[in-house]
Amino acid sequence: MSHATLTVSTVALIALAATGAFAQSRQEIRIVGSSTVFPYSQAVAEQFANQTGAPSPIVESTGTGGGFQAFCAGIGEQHPDIAGASREMRPSEWELCQQNGVTDISEALIGYDGLSIVISRQNDFDWDLSLEEIYLALAAQVPVDGEWVDNPYQRWSEIDPELPDIPILVYGPPPTSGTRDAFVELAMHEGCKELDYVQQGGFDSAWINENCSRMRTDGPFVEAGENDNLIVQRLQADPNAMGIFGYSFLYENLDTLKDVNINGVEANLDTIASFEYPIARPLYIYIKNAHRGVIPNLQEFVEEYMSEDALARDGYLAERGLVSLPDDVRAQTQEAVIAGASMSAPE
Amino acid sequence: MADTPLYGADSPAGSVIDRIRPGLAARRRKELRLKIYGLVAMGIAFGMLALLIGSLVFTGWRAFTQTHVTLDVFLDPAEIRAETLPRGGFDSVLEASLLQYFPEATERAERREVMGILSNGAQFILRDRVVADPSLIGQTIRVTVPTSDSYDQLRKGLIDRETPERLRRLNDAQVERFDRLEAAGVVSQPLNWALLRNADSRFPELAGLRGALVGSFWLLLICFLISFPLGIAAAIYLEEFAPKNRVSDLIEVNINNLAAVPSVVFGLLGLAVFINWFGMPRSAPIVGGMVLALMTLPTIIIATRAALKAVPPSIREAALGVGASRQQVVFGHVLPLAMPGILTGTIIGLAQALGETAPLLLIGMNAFITSAPDGPFQAATALPTQIFIWADSPERGFVSRTSAAILVLLSFLIAMNALAIFLRQRFQRTW
Repeated sequence: MSHATLTVSTVALIALAATGAFAQSRQEIRIVGSSTVFPYSQAVAEQFANQTGAPSPIVESTGTGGGFQAFCAGIGEQHPDIAGASREMRPSEWELCQQNGVTDISEALIGYDGLSIVISRQNDFDWDLSLEEIYLALAAQVPVDGEWVDNPYQRWSEIDPELPDIPILVYGPPPTSGTRDAFVELAMHEGCKELDYVQQGGFDSAWINENCSRMRTDGPFVEAGENDNLIVQRLQADPNAMGIFGYSFLYENLDTLKDVNINGVEANLDTIASFEYPIARPLYIYIKNAHRGVIPNLQEFVEEYMSEDALARDGYLAERGLVSLPDDVRAQTQEAVIAGASMSAPE
Repeated sequence: MADTPLYGADSPAGSVIDRIRPGLAARRRKELRLKIYGLVAMGIAFGMLALLIGSLVFTGWRAFTQTHVTLDVFLDPAEIRAETLPRGGFDSVLEASLLQYFPEATERAERREVMGILSNGAQFILRDRVVADPSLIGQTIRVTVPTSDSYDQLRKGLIDRETPERLRRLNDAQVERFDRLEAAGVVSQPLNWALLRNADSRFPELAGLRGALVGSFWLLLICFLISFPLGIAAAIYLEEFAPKNRVSDLIEVNINNLAAVPSVVFGLLGLAVFINWFGMPRSAPIVGGMVLALMTLPTIIIATRAALKAVPPSIREAALGVGASRQQVVFGHVLPLAMPGILTGTIIGLAQALGETAPLLLIGMNAFITSAPDGPFQAATALPTQIFIWADSPERGFVSRTSAAILVLLSFLIAMNALAIFLRQRFQRTW
């Protein structure tokens, strides 16, 4: 009999403990969102916990879209306080937020991230591609002799005889990744617009969206999963392969990898900040203002995130590869976000 | 000639053997071939295992040591006062003591670069010592603090000094400064206890598995507390009490099916039911433990039923024969005899749960948290999800730490399986 009693009481105890714990309120700040913003939120969270002794904020990498879904689900301690995003909030996401009562949101532009196309340093060629060439190498469909056909190019030299006679092989992010969205939008669409076929055809952006968004699936473009470190290892092993990832990964591996110049511009902190380097994107965090003053330390955390220590050119986020904002824009953002200015609906 | 004897006069033994003999060599060859196939298969399996462990050890062993610098730090009362603890200028006193080795560094930028030798966590290590014992203020104490990741990589030979300066993580001046410290004899490379003592960090030299170990402990405890009693109760009912009919057959089939359900499905269930519906906290080991318990339950039920079945019916009959009730038979005789088998099954189920990643990702246990949880309701990571996070980090130092974390996880798994084997050998009875 004693065994049975024990079992019943264990289950009861767990149930009791569980209900007791739900009553207690949340002490930690919760951050969700883009995997690109994740390392920066990590850095601020750790710095903040170390300096103030507050409970360490919980940072989760959910992807930009997943982050907004959780962020916009409502007000209350079961919902996250901050969402990181590697693009602006979309109108549909704004709508979702409004419906669930999340109406007062601060938008903070924290800096820029460059997407680099990277190749091993063992490759001797001085790579410099135009967006058009990138498009021709990686798109599912390209124009050949005035016809819109499946991409026939297998070697770089077929696109431009000046380029080396090696097979096209590019590792890139899968469709679920915000990095992929950014690459398609910034490199593929722009490259598509530069094609003679598109310019002479007078196609509009809807046509481009529809026809130029697909990456090829016949081999030369390989979806390598979300793990950028794996791509780095493959590039180190194969000197003819290229990879597409965020600038911070190139920055950490500059001794073995080099970037492919785009339109003659090298990816570095200066060219990304000035948007001279064409595939750069802004990074944001979104703060739920209704939680300020309710979730302990949230305001202090936002102040740390917006501090010069973090965001300035020699700040600790720049050390991790974030390209910081120009001084005047930064000062404006810092002031507005710390004061809790609320954003207007995105277009 | 009513019946022909096998070895009769008209079919002498010799002729049978004669008939068999020509095929004998071929049969032996076949047998030998089968043996060789088996050996080759085993060789390949062991080769794979050796390759896996070998590559893990090859990249991971470096993470088990960490470069440190030992400094004599004067805890200047002008910078650090007992009443302002834990705040204070701990980085400036560290800087003052490190700069004794580099008197030429006077400009701010250069001093910053010198300070870059030490890990960002050095000031907090110093702070914790002073907070623990404020009477140290005003004295000179000797502290050993980790260097930052780049210098650690330099000392471990992972940053090649032959690489052209422009492409190196550390420029010539930085390398030269580190060599001077080395020549002064203050650089050491002790065992990296931080790997087990610290929680996660974005700095590889400070990052450790404590949060993940504590998280995994809570996960397994909750998983055990739920699945062990429930699993045994269900198995006892099915084996000892349930009538054998269509319904119990259906239940049995479903339990077997449940054991084969991919773990990610349990994660989705946990997300939908425990977190979204019951409103339980996200990322908490309590939810993870419950999800893993659902996953482990069928394993335990199946193992327990097998163990109960292995107890000979004569024992039950003997007990019933001297007047014991069914309940007395089960708890007094059958269950104790089946216990080694049940425990073995349970431990193997728990070992499986320890290595499970997919369901934990779905309930948010892959968060970045710089402290270990105090209880099962606080957000935490687990060993496999910690490996997942580290594998995805851009810093070089995490490459070896990922392998080291995998080795730690594997050693826990091996220990658990060894315990299961020990229990089986030690306590199992045969009839």
